[in-house]
Amino acid sequence: MSVLELIIALPLLAALAIWLGAPARAASLAATSINLILVLYTAVQYWGKTGLAFTYSRPILENPSLSFAVGADGISIILALLTTLVMLAAIWQIHDRPDIFYVSSLLIGGGALGAFLTTDIFFIYAFHELALIPTFLMIALHGRAEPAYRKAVAWKATIYLGVGSLVLLAGLVWLVLEFSGGSKLTFDLEALRSQARLNPLPDAKQAQIFFVLLLGFGSLVSLFPFHSWAAPAYATAPTPVAMLHSGVLKKFGLYGLIRIALPLLPHGAHVEWVQNALLLMLLGNILIMGLVTIHAKRLDDTLANSSVMHMGYIFLGIAAGTEIALKGAVILMFAHGISIALLFGLLGRMRNQLGTLEYNKLGGLASHAPAFTVLFAFGTFASIGLPGLTNFAGEVLIFLGNFTDFKAGVMTNLQWTVILALWGVVMSAVYMLRAYRSIFHGSPATGLFMIDPALSQRVPFIMLAATLLVTGCCPWLLLNLMKSAL
Amino acid sequence: MHASIILLLPFFSALVILLGHRQLKGAAVLISVGSSIISFIACLALLAAADDKENTKLLLPFLDIGYLHANIDVLIDKQSRGMMFIVSFIGMLVHIFSLGYMKDDDAKPRFFGSLSLFMFSMTGIVLAGNLIMMFIFWELVGLSSYLLIGHWYQKASAAEACKKAFLTNRIGDFGFMIGILLLFGANGGSVNIEDLTTAFGPGGTLGIHAPGHSAGFTTAAALCIFLGAVGKSAQFPLHVWLPDAMEGPTPVSALIHAATMVAAGVYMLVRVRFLIEASPLAAEIIAGIGAVTALMAALMATQQNDIKRILAYSTLSQLGYMVMAVGAVAMSVQHGHELHGPNPGHPAMFHLYTHAFFKAMLFLGSGAIIYACHHEQDIWKMGGLRKHMPVTFYTFLIGTLALMGLPWITSGFYSKEAILGAAYDSGCSILFHSASLTALLTSFYMMRLVIVAFFGKSRTDSARHAKEVEVIMLLPLVILAVFSVFSAWKTFADTLQAYKPAHEEPHATVLFASIAAFLIGTGGAIYLYRGKDKDPINIKLFANKFYFDEIYAVIVRVCQDRLAWIVTALERVLVDGLVARLPTAIVARLGAATRMLQGGHLQGYTFLLGGGVIAVIYLVVFVLPRLGH
Repeated sequence: MSVLELIIALPLLAALAIWLGAPARAASLAATSINLILVLYTAVQYWGKTGLAFTYSRPILENPSLSFAVGADGISIILALLTTLVMLAAIWQIHDRPDIFYVSSLLIGGGALGAFLTTDIFFIYAFHELALIPTFLMIALHGRAEPAYRKAVAWKATIYLGVGSLVLLAGLVWLVLEFSGGSKLTFDLEALRSQARLNPLPDAKQAQIFFVLLLGFGSLVSLFPFHSWAAPAYATAPTPVAMLHSGVLKKFGLYGLIRIALPLLPHGAHVEWVQNALLLMLLGNILIMGLVTIHAKRLDDTLANSSVMHMGYIFLGIAAGTEIALKGAVILMFAHGISIALLFGLLGRMRNQLGTLEYNKLGGLASHAPAFTVLFAFGTFASIGLPGLTNFAGEVLIFLGNFTDFKAGVMTNLQWTVILALWGVVMSAVYMLRAYRSIFHGSPATGLFMIDPALSQRVPFIMLAATLLVTGCCPWLLLNLMKSAL
Repeated sequence: MHASIILLLPFFSALVILLGHRQLKGAAVLISVGSSIISFIACLALLAAADDKENTKLLLPFLDIGYLHANIDVLIDKQSRGMMFIVSFIGMLVHIFSLGYMKDDDAKPRFFGSLSLFMFSMTGIVLAGNLIMMFIFWELVGLSSYLLIGHWYQKASAAEACKKAFLTNRIGDFGFMIGILLLFGANGGSVNIEDLTTAFGPGGTLGIHAPGHSAGFTTAAALCIFLGAVGKSAQFPLHVWLPDAMEGPTPVSALIHAATMVAAGVYMLVRVRFLIEASPLAAEIIAGIGAVTALMAALMATQQNDIKRILAYSTLSQLGYMVMAVGAVAMSVQHGHELHGPNPGHPAMFHLYTHAFFKAMLFLGSGAIIYACHHEQDIWKMGGLRKHMPVTFYTFLIGTLALMGLPWITSGFYSKEAILGAAYDSGCSILFHSASLTALLTSFYMMRLVIVAFFGKSRTDSARHAKEVEVIMLLPLVILAVFSVFSAWKTFADTLQAYKPAHEEPHATVLFASIAAFLIGTGGAIYLYRGKDKDPINIKLFANKFYFDEIYAVIVRVCQDRLAWIVTALERVLVDGLVARLPTAIVARLGAATRMLQGGHLQGYTFLLGGGVIAVIYLVVFVLPRLGH
């Protein structure tokens, strides 16, 4: 028995208990708080260590070899920390809602934890699918729009993510078959890794498989041009689902690329045609979606599109593939998850109190709700990439990581991409500050009224904002968890 | 030890105040002012402990992976010691002045919290031992500037101004970051200032004579870094944010938008002077941009009527002067002129120091006037204030004379002469002539301001009822006025290690130009404005600031908002159409087709069955085995 198994099981057991009649809020808060403590405990235990820890394996099948294996290194622990923090905040801020809100949040969070903490490709994939199903259902059943519209949005997300998952499955099967090489099939990541070290695949084949995986994982992360499900889904999804999907579950695709695709296909990403395709797609995320976000006229549109845009930077870190850039990508995954969950959580509160999110109907809220404004400012400046908040550390590492092999006078495609991507940082500032200006500054718009949340309702948001501040001022806290080379 | 007090004290002050200001109330003010005084004392200790050994010390870890060491490490040398004195001294005086100026403001704790945040960030820039740390604090001064310009955020103009300041600076930071990345890559992962100095120095790996030297790369890196300074120090063409930043409370304008933060660009350029000196083209462009900014802003200042805006354009113009000096010194170094003396300072830093005193003084003086005239800022609605506010008048006059460069007495004369000398030595006569013309215009518009606001009859009731402000506001004025005169004296300049003159005796041409500019400008203003109740000259182009704001508004509308609109439409139609709707339509058609196939015709079924069997056989025999290998 490993502590990781407990961490995965707790939310799922809590969901089961609620289904059987336990009080929903108490049970889910208890489970997620204990989970947060357990994850912090593993982080402290892992502090300064390298390699895979807390491993435990329960064999299920002999041939093909399949076992329920858990294990965590720094990346998994950072993402588990992200999951538990966002899950606690998302569950805490639920207010006067049916039990299904708690159950679905627990299932999404539990599925994500399972995907991040297991080390068998079969279970990594299965846990992610487990987390996706409640996402679709909640959008279709409890989304914030006309039933017909929200069903359409849910279908669109289902089809995109379903097709993406299928492509991913095909890629994974291809990968496993290539490595099995006539002997028995294995889905164990460690076994596959040692295979990849001993008998690496030819570069051309690596590139092909990597590209399939990129498309599969990519459409789960709203990689351009497979992104158009994301913005309407986030704008429509109920608040806890938006927080958990954009903050946590979407990181699964990136995690998969870093955890599965890069180590098993180390040259795949650097074969020229794959790299150029990836760079074009991520520039689509950053530049095209940046302009689309600038055009947005409502806060939910802005946040949803910005969340698509910011994925481009993480892909940029993956494209570089250097140690500095990859660690930056992991930090940015963490940072983006916390900051977007904070913003979507606050947005949910605004929608409930004000009934509108259109910029030209808002204004002057800073005078009504100063504490709310400060919390929102944390999210705003985090997504702008202000130093002192975590996102900056991730972004700057990604940029620097692209320049480690720079020779004076010769710019590679990667480096030109970084320069174009830097313009996106200007665009983020444009749309976030425009939004902040029209919501909070100016004289209060007539007929609008909003009050600060009570202290107990502020706790989840304060927790997220404090996380951004602490890990933003001391990003080495996260780096110390990633001592081992990626 | 001292450095960590100076850096961290304002940080904790800001953190405590901004997070708990509603619980702290009055204590917030005490914490902030107290921390500024303690920081100043620590700075004095730092200055007293001065030894010429330059040292970089690790203060706090930040990002440390492999060979990347982007940490909070402080570089304490003569440049940072002198600048630190200026920042902490003027910061302390502005804190004290604000006690009076912001007395009746409801959001006083927020104001003082942001002020502490600014002190923290500015200290970080000054002490930064590497460029990434400098960038971090560079952005943070941007944040504190945003918060302070937007202090009265209920006013639409203030809300727009703080957004404009932040976004314009972001464009500059875009370049700064690229420059840092280029240097990081080329210098093998170190952006430590001392390492870079060695690399670009004689025998270094990147210097002019090094085998790997690439002129294009050096110029590109220098210009990218310079773009950061263009944003922060409000140089043409990114100068538009600074006049609007006057929407902030006046003490903020004095500290941030006159004396310290806007000078950070110049400070940074002097820090990386080795880079500029390695590229002749970059040096020329920098000098040119500085000269254009100086002249253009001086022309705009001659036709402004808002007292704070006149001072803002004057700040722009003086910053242009300093930037020009950076370029001019680099040009003269490239021509083989070394600065003399064992420990030569930089004319730009010298002018930065003297300007910080008299411009902060002028802004605080204008704050006193605005406070006394019940928030009237139009100089044509003032007049006769000389008799109502004598202390303010005399201190303001001293500051004005220092800015105009009253020969042999004021500090401004010496520092301006040093800059004119640098322009002269650069070997480019256009630089020298435009700098002299700027000096003339400076005397003209400052004399105009003094005559219209302080002399003649009071033109409105608010001016007639103006009374001298309280002691707590006068005290900083008097102290700054004293420094406006003495800050170029040898002992003082030596203590700050600011400047050891390149020429013991100034060039006759330079001396003549600077005195002539002073006399002609002053005489012209007295001749034109004495006893006038409205402006006798009216030049629309200058009054409307060369229409930059209007032009930029069009550019933003066309290049950003229209483009965003078009891209959004295309994204909807093309991406959604090709990736989602087209496959959906195909699937729907296929659905219809399969429904047709299932029409009950036996031949159809058999045909399909046969096709299916062939497909399966093909897959099993040909595809699967190949997948296995």
